[in-house]
Amino acid sequence: MNERTAPAPDLLLDVRDLHTEFATSNGIVRAVDGVSWDVRAGETVALVGESGCGKSVSALSIMGLISKPAGRITGGQILFKGSDLLKRSEEEMRKIRGREIAMVFQEPMTSLNPVLTVGRQITEACEIHLGHTPEQAHARAVEVLGLVGIADAERRLKQYPHQFSGGMRQRLMIAIALSCEPALILADEPTTALDVTIQAQILDLMKDLSRRLGVATLIITHNLGVVARYADRVNVMYAGKIVERGTAREIYASPRHPYTLGLLRSVPRLDEPKRERLAPIQGQPPDLTRLPPGCSFRPRCGYAVERCAEEVPPLERVAGTQHSACWEKDKLPVRAAKPEKVPA
Amino acid sequence: MSATTEGVLVEPASAARRRRWLDLTLSFCRRRPLGAIGAGVVIFMILVAVLAPWISPYDPLAIDFAAMLAAPSAQHWLGTDAFGRDVLSRIIYGSQTALIVGFGAAFIGSTVGAVIGVASAYFGGRIDLVIQRFMDILISFPLIILALAMVAVLGNNLPNLIAAMTVPMIPRCALVIRSSALSVREMPYVDAARALGYRHTRIILRHMLPNVMAPYLIMLTAFLGQAILLEASLSFLGLGVQEPTAAWGLMLRGAAVEFAETAPWMALFPGLAISLAVFAFNLFGDSLRDALDPKLRTG
Repeated sequence: MNERTAPAPDLLLDVRDLHTEFATSNGIVRAVDGVSWDVRAGETVALVGESGCGKSVSALSIMGLISKPAGRITGGQILFKGSDLLKRSEEEMRKIRGREIAMVFQEPMTSLNPVLTVGRQITEACEIHLGHTPEQAHARAVEVLGLVGIADAERRLKQYPHQFSGGMRQRLMIAIALSCEPALILADEPTTALDVTIQAQILDLMKDLSRRLGVATLIITHNLGVVARYADRVNVMYAGKIVERGTAREIYASPRHPYTLGLLRSVPRLDEPKRERLAPIQGQPPDLTRLPPGCSFRPRCGYAVERCAEEVPPLERVAGTQHSACWEKDKLPVRAAKPEKVPA
Repeated sequence: MSATTEGVLVEPASAARRRRWLDLTLSFCRRRPLGAIGAGVVIFMILVAVLAPWISPYDPLAIDFAAMLAAPSAQHWLGTDAFGRDVLSRIIYGSQTALIVGFGAAFIGSTVGAVIGVASAYFGGRIDLVIQRFMDILISFPLIILALAMVAVLGNNLPNLIAAMTVPMIPRCALVIRSSALSVREMPYVDAARALGYRHTRIILRHMLPNVMAPYLIMLTAFLGQAILLEASLSFLGLGVQEPTAAWGLMLRGAAVEFAETAPWMALFPGLAISLAVFAFNLFGDSLRDALDPKLRTG
């Protein structure tokens, strides 16, 4: 279980064995069930999985924004720059939110306050966290608008969110997130609500900014296509657990967990012969209040063996940095797509 | 779209904003003529109250024993009361009392109510429950009974009168605002504000309150009429403004009752003033609600 003991010196965020639960009328939901992952300074890490697998809850746990009293973090550590965020007071967390760790949300159409000017929404954070005067904050707002590629900043700052398109609003959200120069940005499905061409623009922008400004990014997404292009490392989550992890290259080239394999097969691709139909993952996401014993993915898995119903497979190293939580990880087929191109 | 952006470039933002307000006002008048009439009467009342020292023909407190209980005539358009005071002048000065108390109580009542309503919705859970039960208790008293009790406890000078009248308004406003604020609370921009590390007070006052402006304005205008009526009632019952201050409710009691048959103008005209004022405020408030309601539903 303890695959990592001493913290590596360059770890910015180190989530260890995190447990987050929600009390619902149907019982306790273990939304995040013993998850460990980390982000190094300046890199882009992805958290991938389908709806309800615990991706967003992971992000909210880090921010200390799990809604109480229904939600509770019951165990684990969240080490940010070496100190445990779970031990911080609400007051201390408030100084970290927005300042050290910023968030970009899924719905750009509703994540900006409709009654405040865009400029006010950017300058407010600077004034509060950095103690900027209104003039300094304004200058900073002009600067970050330039960073995210919005032209004519002086005029745009006076406008209201409804005067911006969806893609522009997501740029604004990124501008707000960047305004206090955080060390880490948590982007929760940042492109899901945007159309495909804008998605690519926004992701390119985030990647570029992350590289130029040295901001680490955690991208939470259900889209493995996004991951392949923009993330350095990938964590695949299923039913509150990490089922596979590795570099984007490793995971994409040879997934070693049936769930990852399924995710990749369900994405349409242009660079391979047209299949008759996409291969969806069978069945429904599991009911987290009534998880089956053994591997949570077993009911939907085409490779399940007897052992899967009895024992939960541990996350074990496969090769390189790739880890997989599957008993059959060595017997899975090599991915159908162009196996000859798999890097050694 | 391009036309408006060019327009902004040419003219300064303030001029554009002024034009927008003018357009809004004009379309309000066209679509809701009754509301516009109400608004007109309200504006007229405000003008009368402000210009009272210049437009009133007599000093409202000047006693003229030579002209006691005089019927309406060229000298005294609306007649005089039992002390020979000019009824028109007293109605004109009475509008000051009505508007000060009315605006004061309605504004404070709906604003405090709005803040409580938004805070209640924002925090939710047990805090919400406790606040709402307390509001339910307050709301279970009839408006006037609660105000009467408050005046009796506080004593009846003008600030106390306003304070007493806000008490029954706060829970009514808090209830309405809370229900709007509950949907605002679920908007991602509130979560975004939390994720930016803002304090609860800042999120409530700066981020959520402006988003419930429409129901707030409706409650405010609805309260204006009620407050004027309440002030008149309290004065009539002797627990409001005290003699010799000119107040409409006050003009209806005492000698006005005694001489109701011989000098009906003493009670008739202040009574008309109260009715007209309340009617005008309610017309305006109703039209405003209708005008703002579609936005409420889509927003």
